[in-house]
Amino acid sequence: MTNNPQVQLKKKDFMTDQLVRWCPGCGDYAILSQVQTVMAELGKPKEQYVVIAGIGCSSRFPYYTDTYGFHTIHGRAPAFVSGLKATRPDLSVWMVTGDGDGLSIGGNHLIHIWRRNIDVNIMLFNNRVYGLTKGQYSPTSQQGMRTKSSPMGSIDAPFNPILLALGAGSAWVARSVDVFTKHLRSVLHAADANRGASFVEIYQNCVIFNDKPFGDITDKQHRGEKVLYLENGEPLVWGKDGNRHGLKLNGFELEVVDANTDEEIAACVVHDTGNLILAQLLAQLDGSGAFPLPVGVFYNKPRPTYDSQFNAQVAESRKKLGQGDIEKLMNAGDTWTV
Amino acid sequence: MNRLAPENVEQVVIRFAGDSGDGMQLLGNQFTKTAALAGNDIATLPDFPAEIRAPAGTREGVSGFQLQFAGHDIFTPGDATDVLVAMNPAALVTNLLTLKRNGLIVVNTDKFRKGDLVKARLDANPLEDGTIDQFRVVQAPIGNLTKTAVQVHGLNTKEAERCKNFFALGMMYWLYSRDMDVTENWIEGKFKSPYKEANLTALHAGHAYAETVELFQNQYEVPVAEFPAGNYRNITGNASLAIGLAVAANKAELTLFYGSYPITPASDILHSLAPFKNYGVVTYQAEDEIAAICSAIGASFGGALGVTGTSGPGLALKGEALGLATIVELPLIVVNVQRGGPSTGLPTKTEQSDLLMTMYGRNGESPCIVLAPCKPSDCFDVAIEAVRLTTKYMVPVIILSDGYIANGAEPWPIPDIASLPDLRPEFRTDPEGFLPYMRDDETLARPWAVPGTPGLEHRVGGLEKQDGTGNVSYDPKNHQYMCEIRAEKVMRAQKDIPASEVYGDDDGLLVLAWGSTYGAAHAAVEKSRAEGAKVGHLHLRYLNPLPADLGEILARYDKVLCPEMNLGQLSKMIRAEFLIDVIGLNKVQGQPFLTREIAEGIREHSEAR
Repeated sequence: MTNNPQVQLKKKDFMTDQLVRWCPGCGDYAILSQVQTVMAELGKPKEQYVVIAGIGCSSRFPYYTDTYGFHTIHGRAPAFVSGLKATRPDLSVWMVTGDGDGLSIGGNHLIHIWRRNIDVNIMLFNNRVYGLTKGQYSPTSQQGMRTKSSPMGSIDAPFNPILLALGAGSAWVARSVDVFTKHLRSVLHAADANRGASFVEIYQNCVIFNDKPFGDITDKQHRGEKVLYLENGEPLVWGKDGNRHGLKLNGFELEVVDANTDEEIAACVVHDTGNLILAQLLAQLDGSGAFPLPVGVFYNKPRPTYDSQFNAQVAESRKKLGQGDIEKLMNAGDTWTV
Repeated sequence: MNRLAPENVEQVVIRFAGDSGDGMQLLGNQFTKTAALAGNDIATLPDFPAEIRAPAGTREGVSGFQLQFAGHDIFTPGDATDVLVAMNPAALVTNLLTLKRNGLIVVNTDKFRKGDLVKARLDANPLEDGTIDQFRVVQAPIGNLTKTAVQVHGLNTKEAERCKNFFALGMMYWLYSRDMDVTENWIEGKFKSPYKEANLTALHAGHAYAETVELFQNQYEVPVAEFPAGNYRNITGNASLAIGLAVAANKAELTLFYGSYPITPASDILHSLAPFKNYGVVTYQAEDEIAAICSAIGASFGGALGVTGTSGPGLALKGEALGLATIVELPLIVVNVQRGGPSTGLPTKTEQSDLLMTMYGRNGESPCIVLAPCKPSDCFDVAIEAVRLTTKYMVPVIILSDGYIANGAEPWPIPDIASLPDLRPEFRTDPEGFLPYMRDDETLARPWAVPGTPGLEHRVGGLEKQDGTGNVSYDPKNHQYMCEIRAEKVMRAQKDIPASEVYGDDDGLLVLAWGSTYGAAHAAVEKSRAEGAKVGHLHLRYLNPLPADLGEILARYDKVLCPEMNLGQLSKMIRAEFLIDVIGLNKVQGQPFLTREIAEGIREHSEAR
């Protein structure tokens, strides 16, 4: 049920008649636009798409996507997805969550959907703040962040969503940024091509409560200097010509080296999306100091999906026992006749 | 040896009691099955601690199984026991209270050494200090006899001693003149060599021992009860509910999705449904209670029949999601097998104290249909009814079972599948004129339009919806209208449920009850009427909506007595709804009502006919 060349849909076919009610300048607009574009590009019939969200700014997403949609309850979107995909593996399900919804109240469900590897595209909009409840610190907020609920600065150590996903057994882990339109689109395509729980952390700006949560790194003028675009099989290098850097392994740690000559580039680590340890090392880089901010696919090690195994057991049971006769079920065990 | 012919007795109540690890539940279940297959009516009460293996020999570790079997219709496992089989001192002394004055004790004397008495917190040996003088006592070193009997099979001492429950069972089979083939066949199928042979030997040795040693004054026979013609099987409430759900889903031609998180005493429903994959039933063991209900709603959204099962603490966690199911108007069944509360409470004991939480325990105006089975076999019918109502009205249905019904067993007259209703729902496929919140004139239900259907793409969710379009709406009048519509949908079901049937007198005192109190309430009313009291019994299966004729029925009586295993929850609902007084008869001890307790209440509040 992937590409259906018969279906020619445009981005506007995925826009609803509902007024989009995010704040002006919110990063969510850019993400919505890319998702609608990708859905059209994928060529699946519209009725095959289901967008499921929890609660929060990001979770209003279903109302703005003209597909089947379910705006559920806070943090629980993965559980709805699980029940739906177990019984309807044919559907293309897209889950939208945020750093509060997915990592705070819904943390328990997110780790389990990763571990089970349910076939869904998960987009976690990370703006490192609670938006809809007006600006409290979130589980990805940096320590020291002053908010209405942390006037002296947050003392909570933040989650690293990528590391958390890897630790919970996610088989496909990526990151992109709201304003990296082309990159986001290609990551979403790749996420959809993967069978299983494809997890995309999307750095997203909250203009009202946490403007530029990732500093200047994602700005147009700094991108070229600090962003490492991960490509499987390519050396881990970034930067502009003449000022390129790369990553080299030094014991169990990554170190930054110059990567301007062929020789220097050849000494850099080649990205291998099948290598969990490498993914975990890269996940710890946040653009601080000389280190880059990696975006793209960190990890991709396909394994059977939950939904396929769930339904394989049903098929196996039918094969072994035949289509169940409900009358026999009622009359099973020791019976007697009066 | 000159034996008298077995003496006929109409009914017997036996209680097996021992350590949690002594196999008392197994023993009870085997005796029950044999009695049922022999044609007796039966009712059972398994009574076990929450700990899997509490310290051996302690009072806390005592596991009991009570059953009544009779040559006539019975409604309860019995108020008092005729026979107590006690495997150790703790089991003996904790079960004497319910033993009849001249009742029979069969006691395993191996376990009465000093250390055993200390574990049971006894200063003196109850076999010697007069504690049991008023009873008939049969003392037998059951453990040692078993060890001797099974030693030929090469088991070690511990394993050999573990066969002692079958030895005790053999003794009881002899006492009640029972064939042992049901248990023999079960052992053959259940155990591998040498345990199979050892258990069979223990069973036969117990039987032979009882026969030859002449410990018992007599042998008894309980005649066959008269049942209506048909096929029967012995069934527990949880099994009957599981089969009911599977059959209903089949009649609805829907996949049954059961999402659940293990919890006592509901887990057996999950265990029962898990092997039904070839019947169109799938089960999902979720990461927690919330995920369980959410997964079921997700399945319903996709066109399956979503069901979740739990007990009280789990229902508390499911509240928010239940509200979502109410506002998105999708089918959903929630089974709550109630247990003692609050909090973790008494996990293995029974109670009916979740009624008000079930009715009102959610944020906002969020009415659900609430049904309560009254006995184990009734769970089947209630499951069918729940599926009918949830798919017809697109409203969540909560089934209020409890530990007593869930684990209790009785004979079930297996219905003819052709007699069951056609439950196939209508799925919307036509895009012409479709709106997600358009409504059926009769039921007010919105259409069930599932993903994958071309042209019906729409969004649902927990924000208030505009009627018709289903768009998010903050319009004040629309919100009131939608709250009223959701309440009205539940009330529409009132026209769709059967008229109430009152047993007994049409005036005087009405015993108004619900759920698992049925057996004791019915037996008490029957007994009281035989003694001349003017009393009727109405048992509510529908708690929301209440039956349309209830007000009129209540008005016919001078007094209403409401026995419940809580502190007065139905009483409160009835007072609020009908502005009449209700006399509460409340028991919250983790144990079901005795017939006598309700009969006493009737005596106090009724007049002679």
